[in-house]
Amino acid sequence: MISPSAYPWAEGETLGQHLDERGIPRRDFLEYCGKMAVILGIGSAAAPRVAKALESVKRPSVVWLQLQECTGCVESVLRTENPSIGDLLLDVISLDYNHTLMAGAGKAVEKAKTDAMAANKGKYLLVVSGSIPTKENDIYTMIGGKTARMQLEEAAEGCAAIIALGACAHWGGVQGARPNPTGAVGVRDIIKNKPILVVAGCPPIGDTVTATVVHFLTFGALPEMDREGRPLFAYGERIHDQCQRRAHFDAGQFVETFDDKGAREGWCLYQVGCKGPATFSPCPIFKWNTRTSWPIEAGHPCIGCTEPYFWDTMTPFYGRLPDVAGFGIEKRVDTIGASLAIGAAAGVAAHATMTVLHQMKRRKATRQVPEATEDEGANNG
Amino acid sequence: MAKTKLVVDPITRIEGHLRIEAQSENGKISQAWASATQFRGIELVLQGRDPRDAWAFTQRICGVCTTVHAIASVRAVEDALNIRIPPNANTIRNLVHGMQYIQDHVIHFYHLHALDWVDVVSALSADPAKAAAIGKSISPWPNNDEAHLRAVQLRVKKFVGSGQLGIFAGGYWGHPAYKLPPEVNLLAVSHYLEALDWQRDVIRLHAIFGGKNPHPNFLVGGMASAINLSQATTFNAERIADINGMIKRAREFVEQVYWPDLVAIAGFYKDWGAIGGGVPNFLACGEFPESDVRDLKSLYFPRGIILNKDLSHVVEYDQKKVKEYIHSSWYDYGKGAEEGLHPYEGETTPHYTGPKAPWTGYLQDEKKYSWMKSPRYEDKSMQVGPLARMLVAYASGHKDAKELIGEALKKLNVGPEVLFSTLGRTAARGVETVLLARKMEGWMGDLTGRIKNGDTATFTKDKWEPSSWPKKAEGYGYLDAPRGALGHWVQIEDEKIARYQAVVPSTWNASPRDARGQPGAYEAALADNHPLVDPEKPLEILRTIHSFDPCLACGVHVLDAEGNELSSVEVNT
Ligand code: SF4
Repeated sequence: MISPSAYPWAEGETLGQHLDERGIPRRDFLEYCGKMAVILGIGSAAAPRVAKALESVKRPSVVWLQLQECTGCVESVLRTENPSIGDLLLDVISLDYNHTLMAGAGKAVEKAKTDAMAANKGKYLLVVSGSIPTKENDIYTMIGGKTARMQLEEAAEGCAAIIALGACAHWGGVQGARPNPTGAVGVRDIIKNKPILVVAGCPPIGDTVTATVVHFLTFGALPEMDREGRPLFAYGERIHDQCQRRAHFDAGQFVETFDDKGAREGWCLYQVGCKGPATFSPCPIFKWNTRTSWPIEAGHPCIGCTEPYFWDTMTPFYGRLPDVAGFGIEKRVDTIGASLAIGAAAGVAAHATMTVLHQMKRRKATRQVPEATEDEGANNG
Repeated sequence: MAKTKLVVDPITRIEGHLRIEAQSENGKISQAWASATQFRGIELVLQGRDPRDAWAFTQRICGVCTTVHAIASVRAVEDALNIRIPPNANTIRNLVHGMQYIQDHVIHFYHLHALDWVDVVSALSADPAKAAAIGKSISPWPNNDEAHLRAVQLRVKKFVGSGQLGIFAGGYWGHPAYKLPPEVNLLAVSHYLEALDWQRDVIRLHAIFGGKNPHPNFLVGGMASAINLSQATTFNAERIADINGMIKRAREFVEQVYWPDLVAIAGFYKDWGAIGGGVPNFLACGEFPESDVRDLKSLYFPRGIILNKDLSHVVEYDQKKVKEYIHSSWYDYGKGAEEGLHPYEGETTPHYTGPKAPWTGYLQDEKKYSWMKSPRYEDKSMQVGPLARMLVAYASGHKDAKELIGEALKKLNVGPEVLFSTLGRTAARGVETVLLARKMEGWMGDLTGRIKNGDTATFTKDKWEPSSWPKKAEGYGYLDAPRGALGHWVQIEDEKIARYQAVVPSTWNASPRDARGQPGAYEAALADNHPLVDPEKPLEILRTIHSFDPCLACGVHVLDAEGNELSSVEVNT
């Protein structure tokens, strides 16, 4: 999908013309827009509006910086769904800088980057994966002879908005876990004067990035976000509330240890450390790798990787939530552990647990609905 | 021609941040220096944590070679606690790691390495009919037909015509070192695009066993994905059928696209069989245990060392003979910078002494120039990776490897000496991909065979509870990863990690000069009969560096064995 444009976009051509050139049937395109509208939480009835917006956009420049990181976020975006139309989507952008995929090296690519930034001043979208090390005069990550901070500040200067992609760009990530040897911080700790959207996770699901870009192109602004800066269309729901094992939680049916009877029946992973009750993420809804599965479905408890500082607040990963440092939701949650210990009364205990957990503040989406047009009746905004 | 000093920074199409400095004379490189320019300190972060969590942290050392640090980590902890995992879990790990190799090597070939050999712009002038004829002559792949290739060419034409070159901006198109005829370039570009779709499909195997990729989940004691043929939500027949399909498609692509392309392209670059050899010693720790990880005889890729290119003799590998040096690295050792330390005694006190940022001159002018340490085996530099593994396999009489290497050499009409080169490293990667693509079906058969016989166990629970652990324990987890030999060492005390150390493939290969002045594998390769026509367009440097498939985030790691913090750090509680 970050493939070189299969049917490259001619200068000045709109998406509508581009699609005609590619021979994409309009029906397919509308269907795609409908799916996107649902993902974005604006209802499938908004599909024509998404289509209209997408059709008229030109191909904007995207600069992707990779700072202190593991490249997992790039790999995740490489796995994005929608084979044919997914190609098209990243065709929608002109990826003018990205270390992992660029043909040239050294001076040649640094020049390509500055050229793109100058030509698209004030308009390009900046994607950042990786953290910024701040100790020892920022020396712990150097790219093209400049520190990560210099690279970021230079690229942020003329951008329209920033997508901070992954836990590292969000808050510092794994190298930012205690004791944070290099002083790693996230984008928001360095850049204060630009809109920053966080696509959270270690790594995030690639499709979330794609959908965010569509939103940006469709509505000319970043989608509505929660307090962490995460888009509500993806991070507005708690895993626990969308989990396919939830019925077992409610029924008090728990995996006690891996590969036991409960594990083989697909029961709830709460007792082996699941952090789903404290984690906001689209995993159960979007799923992973073209909707093949997701961590809890594959039998492993959620490790809470979309939450800030999860390496410290969600560990030990196999510890039950109340025992986990940093799970400071409500004191009453302490009762969960005790309730669960009462084996025979597990069902009842689970109900008590559920009640407690439900008292967690739910960050339900209050979505920003762009101006209505006559071609949409209902939307669920 | 005079001496020219040059810098290539950043090196792209790799994982992580690498800077190469070199000196060239008369179209040849006389000396080279490799600098890792990023430091993260993940092992330090591990201290005091639950050893059962370690795999998740170490996995994040690298997202390109995802899975490898996780498996090495669970193996180290299982070694320390003497946990024997069920045969199903071992097979599942082989399947996961096997698919990692296959997918990673194909991505490397097409998306990270191919543009060093393939001129995208030249594909524009290809005759699609001729390209199809060539394609058909080397492979039954259905998309090697004229209509498909014509469509691809049209797409590329429009792309170049648009003037917005995206990731292709700054490429060295038209460089005289590109030798492929336009038709072969077109075939390769077509497969570049197909490989993008293919990789996304076959890696779904990781999502089935580990919930996601990158960074699937693992478990000390086995695997978390329970097997129950009568449950819709566990590993069942539907999942088995899905995986069988992926394995089939993986093998088809490797046998019908990757391998024939590799051999065809190599035929035009035979001169690269005498370029970029470098360090003549090769180390493989072995991988893919068919029974238990402790049973070294059951390794599909054998363990061993080749010294001085001598294929008549395989030397036994002993992890105790590994030492790391910091002569040229930005660290201090208690005993002084010239001593080597075994990983169990490893120290890491970062101490940057290089120039202030931004860097405007050369790092090579100073004694220390990298965050990479210099691991040495009995004080010798080593190469690790596909070539090391295939040479050890070849010299050990490994039937499958010998046959396939022999077949390739015959096709190219060259002798085994060409293996010690840039081309050899790239070819060996293809060889082992074919071997594994053929192997996966058998592992899947082992798994389903056991399930058929009623063995569905995937996890050993006896040592799960920390209360069952000894007060002190230590263990070594080895793994030969796609990029080469990897070792994790863990020491556990009072249910917590006391020390953690990893010696990683790219540390071996990307290491700077050691106390004896011996260069690391990248540095030696770049100075071995290595051309550089135009220092402004360092295409040849990219060829050799990419032939190692660098992963810099992996290579730079730190453990403070004493448990000291690196500097004054606030510890949040
Ligand atoms: S605790 Fe975890 S596994 Fe159980 S229902 Fe909640 S999210 Fe799902």
